[in-house]
Amino acid sequence: MQTKRITFNNRWLPYLLVAPQLAITLVFFIWPASQALYQSVLREDAFGLSSEFVWFENFETLFDDPLYLSSFKVTLVFSAGTTLLSMGAALLLAVMADRVIRGSTFYKTFLIWPYAVAPAVAGVLWWFMFNPTIGILAYTMRQLGYDWNHTLNANDALLLIIIAAAWKQVSYNFLFFLAGLQAIPRSLIEAAAIDGAGPQKRFWTIVFPLLSPTAFFLMVVNIVYSFFETFAIVHATTAGGPGQATSILVYKVWRDGFVSLDLGGSAAQSVILMLIVISLTVVQFRFIERRVEY
Amino acid sequence: MATISLDKVRKVYAGGVEAVKGVSIDIADGEFIVLVGPSGCGKSTLLRMIAGLEEISDGEIRIGDRVVNRVEPADRDIAMVFQNYALYPHMTVYNNLAYGLKNRGEPKDEIDKRVKEAARILEIGDFLDRKPRQLSGGQRQRVAMGRAIVRKPAAFLFDEPLSNLDAKLRVQMRIEIKRLQETLGTTSVYVTHDQLEAMTLAHRLVVLNHGRIEQIGTPLEVYEKPASTFVAGFIGSPAMNLIPVKAKDGRLHLESGEGLDAPDGFGAEHALLGVRPEDLQVDADGAENADALSLRMKVIAVEPVGAESYVHGRVAGVVDDVVVRVPAKAEFSAGAELNLKASRDRLHVFDAANGGRLNG
Ligand SMILES: Nc1ncnc2c1ncn2[C@@H]1O[C@H](COP(=O)(O)OP(=O)(O)O)[C@@H](O)[C@H]1O
Ligand SMILES: [Mg+2]
Repeated sequence: MQTKRITFNNRWLPYLLVAPQLAITLVFFIWPASQALYQSVLREDAFGLSSEFVWFENFETLFDDPLYLSSFKVTLVFSAGTTLLSMGAALLLAVMADRVIRGSTFYKTFLIWPYAVAPAVAGVLWWFMFNPTIGILAYTMRQLGYDWNHTLNANDALLLIIIAAAWKQVSYNFLFFLAGLQAIPRSLIEAAAIDGAGPQKRFWTIVFPLLSPTAFFLMVVNIVYSFFETFAIVHATTAGGPGQATSILVYKVWRDGFVSLDLGGSAAQSVILMLIVISLTVVQFRFIERRVEY
Repeated sequence: MATISLDKVRKVYAGGVEAVKGVSIDIADGEFIVLVGPSGCGKSTLLRMIAGLEEISDGEIRIGDRVVNRVEPADRDIAMVFQNYALYPHMTVYNNLAYGLKNRGEPKDEIDKRVKEAARILEIGDFLDRKPRQLSGGQRQRVAMGRAIVRKPAAFLFDEPLSNLDAKLRVQMRIEIKRLQETLGTTSVYVTHDQLEAMTLAHRLVVLNHGRIEQIGTPLEVYEKPASTFVAGFIGSPAMNLIPVKAKDGRLHLESGEGLDAPDGFGAEHALLGVRPEDLQVDADGAENADALSLRMKVIAVEPVGAESYVHGRVAGVVDDVVVRVPAKAEFSAGAELNLKASRDRLHVFDAANGGRLNG
């Protein structure tokens, strides 16, 4: 396809039109990013009175710090858990919805709901339900013989933020899966049924392979989400604790920088996060360019 | 190989639409049956009930001597060719053909043998490694056929399999389907809205209208003796001319005054006289003949189609245009007055009230 060429009469008009976008990018992305890069090679004392240029010392310290390495591990577990849980739940819901509705928007609207909820609110919601003293889910589990306490138990805490983060993302994934499912012609499923494949077999040999482009796209989106957009959820539920058990990378950046006032270390961490987001974006764009077509 | 019989089969969809209103057909082993009718008349619904893709609201369907009302599609031993081919887009042609055999647990070398055999018959052996999207429309059509024959089912079901092809390919594939069915001798039910396709393929035609059977018969029977004005208008192109007449004193009178002797046992007062475009002759002298229908027509347009031409014109008392088939060489111009004649044994008489055929 060819892009249409538009000629402007006034030579400044095009620049004026992109100016707001440029300004926003400059103020909210380029400038902070360069600040982070700059700070990551400085060491500043806690009162911000003096700073000294230290090359890559902040990065070296970081990778020698067991707490940072463990935060990396926590983030990986959290990200994998969130992605699997939210995509799995969404796929299950989408398959059920696809079977029932085919076109009706009622359930769709209903299931989009969680996506509109602010992350902090989602966090608080789940925090309440799992609260060891007042939470209904914690209570139920205790009845069933499991003593849930995410304020003391690191695994419970990690599970809590995974559930809260996944829940918020389910609706987004659901919409994509449902659209993907509805794009599969009914006759394909019918042909497979005549060809002797039962429902399970049809799902794994026909439906799932046809959904895999959607699934791959969602996987990247969900990893990006769990890495970078879950700060508020962690903050509202576990605040990184107990200890540092749920201190995922984004959370640690904030805590080291703004609570512990280690600006150099915090900046070095954000530079690393920046590299991760850049590489994920590259993966995603390459994928969209070479989108699998049938 | 199997017979298929439908006994008072009905289909009422969830919304209350009665798509099939009590249809009974007995299909012989090896027979090629074509269900034909306008869009929305219930052809696909009927076919899908035979396939097991739609529940049967009422009545009974048998394949062989087994009632299949409650049998899953996979267990009915049928194969279906869909209008959009429904090829599995992520599988190679080979796997598309092999899928049904694999699901039935056939041994690998048997699968390979049958797939190669089907590919040879349909001349798709060169594309076995390709994905469906790398094939042309005609090639996809062949793969869809291949997927049907590879399983050697008791019956083939076709739902408008040629309607996505261009005209030339359609004729070619039509001939191939006919040849294939004759070679394999597999009972087939074929759905189409194209009367020409229906006429050329069928051993017997089933003409459907609003979920009911209008007529069952061989293509020639249906063409020569349409059971109703609906069939008369649907089968044959250009369609049969229908001319309103009044019966009086043993004669049928056109509104323009001309008349002819009524057929024996004719009882109705108002009738429709049907005459096919090829049965009308242009007659120079215009002398009246008690035993033939004569009409005066004012030409409004001439449609040359190559080997012949269709002359459209107006006849007093007839709402629709009357069409006459003439040799291509004949020259008529708009505005000319023609005398037309049709011999009495070429006339069809229908009841004006219910459209049913009145003469034998
Ligand atoms: N799934 C369905 N639900 C409700 N009505 C349907 C459904 N499928 C078809 N119909 C209706 O049943 C009638 C016959 O449809 P169909 O068998 O597809 O006709 P054809 O194949 O002859 O064009 C139509 O009036 C159509 O609107
Ligand atoms: Mg149809």
